[in-house]
Amino acid sequence: MERELRLMKGNEAVAEAAIRAGTDGYFGYPITPQSEIVEYLMEANPAETTGMVVLQAESEIAAINMVYGGAGCGKKVMTTSSSPGISLMQEGITYIAGAELPCLIVNIVRGGPGLGTIQPAQSDYFQAVKGGGHGDYHLIVLAPASVQEMADFVELGFELAFRYRNPVMMLSDGALGQMMEKVYLNPQKERSGISPDWATTGKPPGRERNIITSLELDSAKQELFNLKLIEKYNEIREKEVRFEEYQCEDAEYLFVAYGTSARICQKSVQLARNEGIRAGLLRPVTLFPFPEKQISRLAEKVKIILSVEMSAGQMIEDVILAVGGKVPVFHFGRMGGMVQTPEEVLDFLKLKIKEA
Amino acid sequence: MTEEIIIAGFGGQGILSMGKIMAYSGVMQDMEVSWMPSYGPEMRGGTANVTVILSDEKISSPILRQFDTAIILNQQSLDKFEDSVKKGGILIYDSHGIVRHPERTDISLYCISAVEEAAKMNNPRTFNMIVLGAYLRIRPVLTLENVVKGLGKSLPERYHYLIPDNEKALRRGMEIIGPAS
Repeated sequence: MERELRLMKGNEAVAEAAIRAGTDGYFGYPITPQSEIVEYLMEANPAETTGMVVLQAESEIAAINMVYGGAGCGKKVMTTSSSPGISLMQEGITYIAGAELPCLIVNIVRGGPGLGTIQPAQSDYFQAVKGGGHGDYHLIVLAPASVQEMADFVELGFELAFRYRNPVMMLSDGALGQMMEKVYLNPQKERSGISPDWATTGKPPGRERNIITSLELDSAKQELFNLKLIEKYNEIREKEVRFEEYQCEDAEYLFVAYGTSARICQKSVQLARNEGIRAGLLRPVTLFPFPEKQISRLAEKVKIILSVEMSAGQMIEDVILAVGGKVPVFHFGRMGGMVQTPEEVLDFLKLKIKEA
Repeated sequence: MTEEIIIAGFGGQGILSMGKIMAYSGVMQDMEVSWMPSYGPEMRGGTANVTVILSDEKISSPILRQFDTAIILNQQSLDKFEDSVKKGGILIYDSHGIVRHPERTDISLYCISAVEEAAKMNNPRTFNMIVLGAYLRIRPVLTLENVVKGLGKSLPERYHYLIPDNEKALRRGMEIIGPAS
């Protein structure tokens, strides 16, 4: 398969990959630092080539409900936003999860809380991984760490969303959205034109109506549904954990980091090893499901673990659960749109080694 | 080979485009590249900067504290980034508007009057290409041929008629660069 080489921003890569993946509809609303996605799609105008609908909604709330509608028709639909916009979408997201519909939601995270800042952050981990909306549900959460993965995870995201009938979130950040790197793009896929059998596309004679809802007033039935969801999430935990190890084989000190922080830590590992400190990196590629077994296994052989994230420490809770008290776990990271440098991470590791 | 570069100056000086041209040129030269801009309020006036990494290997962190080369186009950026150049690295700065010159002795300093030179060439907007030419003379990590190709990739087609002038500016920068006195 011939892949086309381009130099692109992460945001542009998401937009172009969406067109090429044969997406049926994009509904969004501009917000920094992800406005390039909407702009790129508007300019590309894929309605004329693939027939993909690109619509700027009147708000994020409208956008996510358009996604809900499109997904209910069995279409490949998506939206993108950044932190405050994703907060507005939470009601729609829990409804989509409750109705078991597939869709792709991309969050180009910026610093918070509130309107916060337009600079990169990773402070929406809790929101993406632990809920965000109400009720017992999970999103499948993919964490790209390069422009290439921003493109690749559009297709992967749709694949997982349809396989499990579950919303998928790509949790990226302002740095990945704004930076340019080389990216190899897949050739154009045709839109499928076929809806899955559960889709509400009009009842043909001879089969029951398809009903899509997240409402069940009979509590006994709702509990059965909750149990079914748990079964699905457990299957996802079983089959879909993705992660990457970097220099872990002989590591005495382990960084756990995703996205931009993982790239930074890769450099910290190199700097550490130049000084004879055997550091390694485990990068969760999926945040739900979380690579807890892999971290637990590494905790058997390392002395200290650092959870490095551009937040006050959110993923660290999952790291601590996975480590189960075997070794000390510390958080390090900048906040508010500040980004830790590889040297800062290494300095913090050295401090913890000294204190140990 | 890995070259880690910071380019910094006023918004509107063509900082981000200079970095973009370098990144495209790196692609033309089959290198791994990353281009990480400041996209904050500084883009709306004030200072702007971009980190460009060119490498034969996969690039780890796009965000850096220390650089092999700093290309500096105003006083604020000089004050901010002089200490961020690695020992033995390079600092190139444009003399225009500089009141406090760099003082480090453990790096190579180069001063260029690109703003003046561009004015002499009746093409003030190509001043960033004069600076880029100077950089390429000092650190020939990219061939001129690939930079011209990179220009073609970076500029929208409607501006391709500007490529010859930009190439002239690149060559001029290569001619006039010398060590800071």
